[in-house]
Amino acid sequence: MTHSILPLVVDNLTYAKEGRALVDHVSFVLPKGGITIAIGPNGAGKSLTLRLCHGLLQPTAGAVRWSGDARGPRRHGMVFQHPVMLRRSVIANVTHAIAAQKSHRRAEDALERFGLRDLASRPARLLSGGEQQRLAMARAWALEPEVLFLDEPTSHLDPGATRQIEGMITSLAKEGVTILMTTHDLGQARRLADRVMFFHRGCLLDDASANVFFGATGSAQSRAFMAGDLIW
Amino acid sequence: MDISAAFSSALDLMLRMDPKFMQIVGLSLRVTLSAVVLAALIGMPLGAWLAVAKFPGRSAIIVVVNGLMGLPPVVAGLIVFLLLSRSGPMGGLGWLFSPTAMIVAQTILVLPIVIALTRATIEELWGEYHEHLMSLGLTGWRAIPTLLWDGRFALATGLLAGFGRASAEVGAVLIVGGNIAGYTRTMTTSIALETAKGDLALALGLGIVLISLTLLINAAAYAASRIGARFAG
Repeated sequence: MTHSILPLVVDNLTYAKEGRALVDHVSFVLPKGGITIAIGPNGAGKSLTLRLCHGLLQPTAGAVRWSGDARGPRRHGMVFQHPVMLRRSVIANVTHAIAAQKSHRRAEDALERFGLRDLASRPARLLSGGEQQRLAMARAWALEPEVLFLDEPTSHLDPGATRQIEGMITSLAKEGVTILMTTHDLGQARRLADRVMFFHRGCLLDDASANVFFGATGSAQSRAFMAGDLIW
Repeated sequence: MDISAAFSSALDLMLRMDPKFMQIVGLSLRVTLSAVVLAALIGMPLGAWLAVAKFPGRSAIIVVVNGLMGLPPVVAGLIVFLLLSRSGPMGGLGWLFSPTAMIVAQTILVLPIVIALTRATIEELWGEYHEHLMSLGLTGWRAIPTLLWDGRFALATGLLAGFGRASAEVGAVLIVGGNIAGYTRTMTTSIALETAKGDLALALGLGIVLISLTLLINAAAYAASRIGARFAG
């Protein structure tokens, strides 16, 4: 077993564009295990925070610190809101991701596990939205990540497909994959979260266990958000 | 010779597979296909790199490459002629007035088309793919094989466009090949020569082959885009 890359320490993370701080001095620690949900309205900086943690963006200030060596074969994977489907078959999308390191066998296991075995030879871009999102999860899982970042993984899916994806997220977490995901769906946060981080205008306003957060002891903004008020 | 007689002797040449006729068609295909393969091997990696790389002067290079797509074949021929002539920098190779020189000239004609179309295709694909590929640790040149493979249908169309241009041109192969009977005479140079001489049958026969080839290329390009659409959804 290789050394864990957790906990992840995010220290005064700031990301600015044209002088405007889109992520503003965000600090938190992500320990091993559980489902952490970053919630908040659109433009709150949740997705940017995920991208900064995953290394897709360079912070303007502050730092993202992994405990071990998080480079090389990626120990943290990401599933995007609109996952990129390579212009290839379903299974080729998975083997492409793991090509350098792992076998075809792992790709088949990934498809089996995410219910895509029968679709293996279909062109990936002809899958339905829910199937594409499952393929994106399978592709990320095949890399055996210790941490999985999920960016609004169900925001464009119908309730049936959403339930499937949520079930997969829960079982991944049970197997010990640490999950950090964003959503603007309060119901989803209630169903899945062990811990909730509430973002608003680039700032992390509340960071609490789900029980405490939904006990409505947080900031005025998070209470307004939960009450269904339109905040922005 | 009237035109209908010319037509029937042209068909006769084709159906009999006249050796002289077939030799001309064969040489044309060999020269043009070699040029397209060479241009693909050089131009696709270069075009993909141009799509992904960021460096000062990139825009200028793109403009120049796009402009070279319209390079007149006679000018390409002239440049290769100067390079390969006895007193030129590559005169020692002894390639002038040989099929090799014709391949070089046509490669120069096809190369800008391949680079420019590859650049445009890959740049669009990179815009769509870059977060996913970055997430997998495939950045810079390591992203290029994935992008070339996923752009394969659009790239095939680009290569066919290059093939169309090279198979139809006269100027470059005429200047560097010299139109030597049985050695460097291609379909286009033969048509020019035979028409001038009044041998309309051979000229027409070759013309029919050239037109058929063009139709075939367009059918192939259409098929490539249809197959691509099935995979692209």
